Amino acid sequence: MIGTTRAPPEIEAAPAAATLGAGPLQIVMPIAIGLVILGVWEAAVRLYDVPVYILPGPLLILTTLVTDWSSLFQALLITLQVTVSAFLMAALGGGVLAIVFSRSRWIELSLYPYAVILQVTPIVAIAPLIIIWVKDTYVALLICAWIVAFFPVLSNATLGLSSTDHNLLNLFQLYGASRRQVLWYLRVPSAMPYFLGGLRIAGGLALIGAVVAEFVAGTGGTNTGLAYRILESGYRLQIPRMFAALLLISLTGILIFAALSLLSHLVLRNWHESAVRREN
Amino acid sequence: MSVVRLSHVGKTYSNGTVALGGVSLDVRAGEFLSLVGPSGCGKSTVLRLIAGLGELSSGHIDWPGATGLDAAAGHGIGFVFQEPTLMPWASVFANVMLPLRLKGVARDQAAPRVAAALAQVGLDGFAGAYPRQLSGGMKMRVSIARALVTEPRLLLMDEPFAALDEITRFKLNNDLLELWREHRWTVVFVTHSVYESVYLSNRIVVMAAHPGRVVADLAIDAPYPRDEAFRTSTAYNGFCRTVSATLQQAMAA
Repeated sequence: MIGTTRAPPEIEAAPAAATLGAGPLQIVMPIAIGLVILGVWEAAVRLYDVPVYILPGPLLILTTLVTDWSSLFQALLITLQVTVSAFLMAALGGGVLAIVFSRSRWIELSLYPYAVILQVTPIVAIAPLIIIWVKDTYVALLICAWIVAFFPVLSNATLGLSSTDHNLLNLFQLYGASRRQVLWYLRVPSAMPYFLGGLRIAGGLALIGAVVAEFVAGTGGTNTGLAYRILESGYRLQIPRMFAALLLISLTGILIFAALSLLSHLVLRNWHESAVRREN
Repeated sequence: MSVVRLSHVGKTYSNGTVALGGVSLDVRAGEFLSLVGPSGCGKSTVLRLIAGLGELSSGHIDWPGATGLDAAAGHGIGFVFQEPTLMPWASVFANVMLPLRLKGVARDQAAPRVAAALAQVGLDGFAGAYPRQLSGGMKMRVSIARALVTEPRLLLMDEPFAALDEITRFKLNNDLLELWREHRWTVVFVTHSVYESVYLSNRIVVMAAHPGRVVADLAIDAPYPRDEAFRTSTAYNGFCRTVSATLQQAMAA
């Protein structure tokens, strides 16, 4: 009887690609609301004759974005470069240090408090020091952004590596797995959802860290990122340009979040509850 | 011939709980042995100690047929836990291949053995599925296939069907008996169900708690193959009554 039956009776079909009923609405509704708000904003600015240096209308901001594109884009690239480098260093450093922690309780006990201290000290408070100490502004910005982005990766990955299913650990022990095999075949995969959650937080924080550091570095910085453009526009009362830079920072943040969410979805789509649509 | 022999095995946990107070048990080759007892009688502990999970507090475990090294490395042992204990991120194929992968068997050598194990439990065609796509019964089948893939001489099963519905459990009981008859392994099966133990085993060891100990060793000498007719026979009921009575005595004592 065994082997002759192709499929046992207690089968559930693999979940089909479920269609969400609210699919198009999910996209249309937020866009519609956004357009309405922009319309009201534009109308109000024109109707009440609000001076441009107080609040520019969305159309003016858009035209500023187009006319100042080359300098703003230059600034965007610099901010993006700092953010992405800091993020990658945080992802790598946090992941590696978490693995070291999981291998040695002593190292974890000795270093973890310092990681916490680094995290709880507000970046705005340490940034001036870092900028004074580190000659190269670019490196200083990188360090600031890295400090903020590093901790969520470390703490999530550490939590993930220690949350391995005990039954699976027993199973690995039973089949004589080495410590290395337990780490790579069991602990690291089961820590993935936590690690990816940490990355999503770190992505946003890396951008915040980079922007804050640029603000602190101010005019002293030779590399001029988006935050510096905002400061500069503020001094010159070029408010539309300020808004245009702000728009670019927001878009960058959204883009980073979307990219990391996509990464998380691709890695976890086959197994983790967070990436699988619930079907009842 | 004995496959494994427990001599006065005691287990005391670090919090002072005495899980086992001197258990002696001789598991003979080819038998289907069930450990039955109330919760807390240490039947799962016995199984884990045989599997090499956890240290003995006293006594010793011998492997008459195997070299000591063999037994210590868990060679020749298949273990099925109460939960399916599958890696959710890995496909059915990768889950079943795990014991071979941990022993360093190359993928192309492992593949036919994995396919054979999956066929044995009726899961051919599901190699690429992920655990979350499977029902409880199918997950348990994967877990059994993983235990079979190393072709163990001794199969240890810790209440493997306790969480399943009755229909699925009966089906898996029958399939397990079929596999056992085909392969002639030795099975040590832990259960809290008198009915399941009588249906499956040719020997039942009844245990009692506080501290965990063996109180009775009963032979179930009904012939195999056993099927639904056996499940409703008077002989089956007689055995169930005997085991239940022994269990009652054990719990009262």
